[in-house]
Amino acid sequence: MGWLVFAFGAWALGWWANTRLAALPRTRATSLAVPFLFGLTLIAIWEGIVRGLGISPVLLPAPSAIAVTFAASTAILWEDFVQTVIKGALSGYVIGCGSAFLMAILVDRFDFLRRGLLPVGNFVAALPVIGMAPILVMWFGFDWQSKAAVVVVMVFFPMLVNTVQGLSDSSAMQRDLMRTYAAGYWTTLLKLRLPAAMPFIFNGLKIGSTLALIGAIVAEFFGSPIRGMGFRISTSVGQLALDLVWAEIVVAAIAGSAFYGIIALAERVVTFWHPSQRH
Amino acid sequence: MRSVIPVLTVVLGIFLLWYAAAIWLNAPWAYDKATRSGEVLTTQTLVADTWSQEKPKLPAPHQVGAEIWKTTVEKKITSKRSLIYHSWVTLSATLLGFGLGTGLGIALAVGIVYNRTMDMSVMPWVIASQTIPILAIAPMIIVVLNAVGISGLLPKAMISMYLSFFPVVVGMVKGLRSPDAMQLDQMRTWNASASQTFWRLRLPSSMPYLFTSLKIAMAASLVGAIVGELPTGAVAGLGARLLAGSYYGQTIQIWSALLMAAALAALLVGIIGLIQRVTLRRMGMA
Repeated sequence: MGWLVFAFGAWALGWWANTRLAALPRTRATSLAVPFLFGLTLIAIWEGIVRGLGISPVLLPAPSAIAVTFAASTAILWEDFVQTVIKGALSGYVIGCGSAFLMAILVDRFDFLRRGLLPVGNFVAALPVIGMAPILVMWFGFDWQSKAAVVVVMVFFPMLVNTVQGLSDSSAMQRDLMRTYAAGYWTTLLKLRLPAAMPFIFNGLKIGSTLALIGAIVAEFFGSPIRGMGFRISTSVGQLALDLVWAEIVVAAIAGSAFYGIIALAERVVTFWHPSQRH
Repeated sequence: MRSVIPVLTVVLGIFLLWYAAAIWLNAPWAYDKATRSGEVLTTQTLVADTWSQEKPKLPAPHQVGAEIWKTTVEKKITSKRSLIYHSWVTLSATLLGFGLGTGLGIALAVGIVYNRTMDMSVMPWVIASQTIPILAIAPMIIVVLNAVGISGLLPKAMISMYLSFFPVVVGMVKGLRSPDAMQLDQMRTWNASASQTFWRLRLPSSMPYLFTSLKIAMAASLVGAIVGELPTGAVAGLGARLLAGSYYGQTIQIWSALLMAAALAALLVGIIGLIQRVTLRRMGMA
């Protein structure tokens, strides 16, 4: 009963504090504090309800129990992180985005290819590409190579479509100016069109960053060596060790957010001139 | 229409590559078989063999086409081996999840647009929720909901919902905020109430944004339903066909399920595109 009161109190306190904070003028501090407080309140309510109602840890472990498991099994978590994120997702991401980028430049050079590949690429980008996972696992074996291959297939088309779109973003006037400077194709590409395409390229990179983690983890459901986040999640669910599953999810969340954050940071540095980056 | 020929060329190129890859990937097995039976393979028999193996590494397009024909047209819809039956299982979860996700997304967007506290506290978490590879916890959601006694359609739909609500929230927040200050002032001079402003100005002007997000949400929802079927132990649905196929090495079955999923995605997104065109034209926006 006490825990339920605690949950209710946390909810009321968080609500009250956030309403007060949101009414203040919007500064950097408040726009960080409000979501932080909201998250903290949610965790407190979660803890209170799980303890108060005596929910079995097999169904939903309390945040404190997850934290304990996280601290106790860092070795396993690190091993899984290296296998899935570093070996699977990251290598696939680099290969996929890199080859899509080069392909985009090639496609952009030939108008025929652009008109043909762009609709097809858009179509493929909307397909459930993740279904390729079992096939690629069959081709490349159980280890991280097959996961990287799944990630390559998943990130390729969003990246391709975005880059091609970005490369055609410079206006006719700007291209004419380059021509009056007697700039050739490569100079125009390097000095005008690639910089102009950067916001689009970063959009593709951002979409790819979330897809990469999803691809690497889901591909492990179809077969993997005895490590990796997807493997650990599916086997721990079978053993009803849900606290370990949640610890893996925390790792995935941190990795995903960090991945996205690094790209967003790079975007801010590279495309500082873009209106969306100027505050 | 200008792009029909290039698109057809690209599609043709994909098929050619596919056939070539089928020869290349299936050749080792064909050679292996030939040396064991003491035959010598000419180029012609090699090609014929690589395109007609029973469990090829990469089935040729016509094999997949034949399998799809066999499992859709020639099987009764109620049969467990009918691909239409499995597609329907996946489709129903997709549509339910899509409906729930769209509803949740629009509700959240309205809350975010009208409530400053919600805007500041929920919006960052909505965005953060997408950097979490949610599909990873699909097995857990399924198993936990099963343990509580919820099974069948709903757990899969929950995963679809989680994946599809995000594009709707982001698109609708943008859309509901798209009327500029001048238009909002105009509503104020007409003494319009908040609900009138919502129904007559904000909601109509958010429509183009809504449809764009709905297309993304639909594609995401289908992915969610397929992945949601994986941990249930391959009972029914396209995801189950994928998993069963990968267990038993039935590559043709995997590819036919995959192409069916692709066709389903194309169909669903196409339907939304059609509704979008009709609606926007009737609203005078397109």
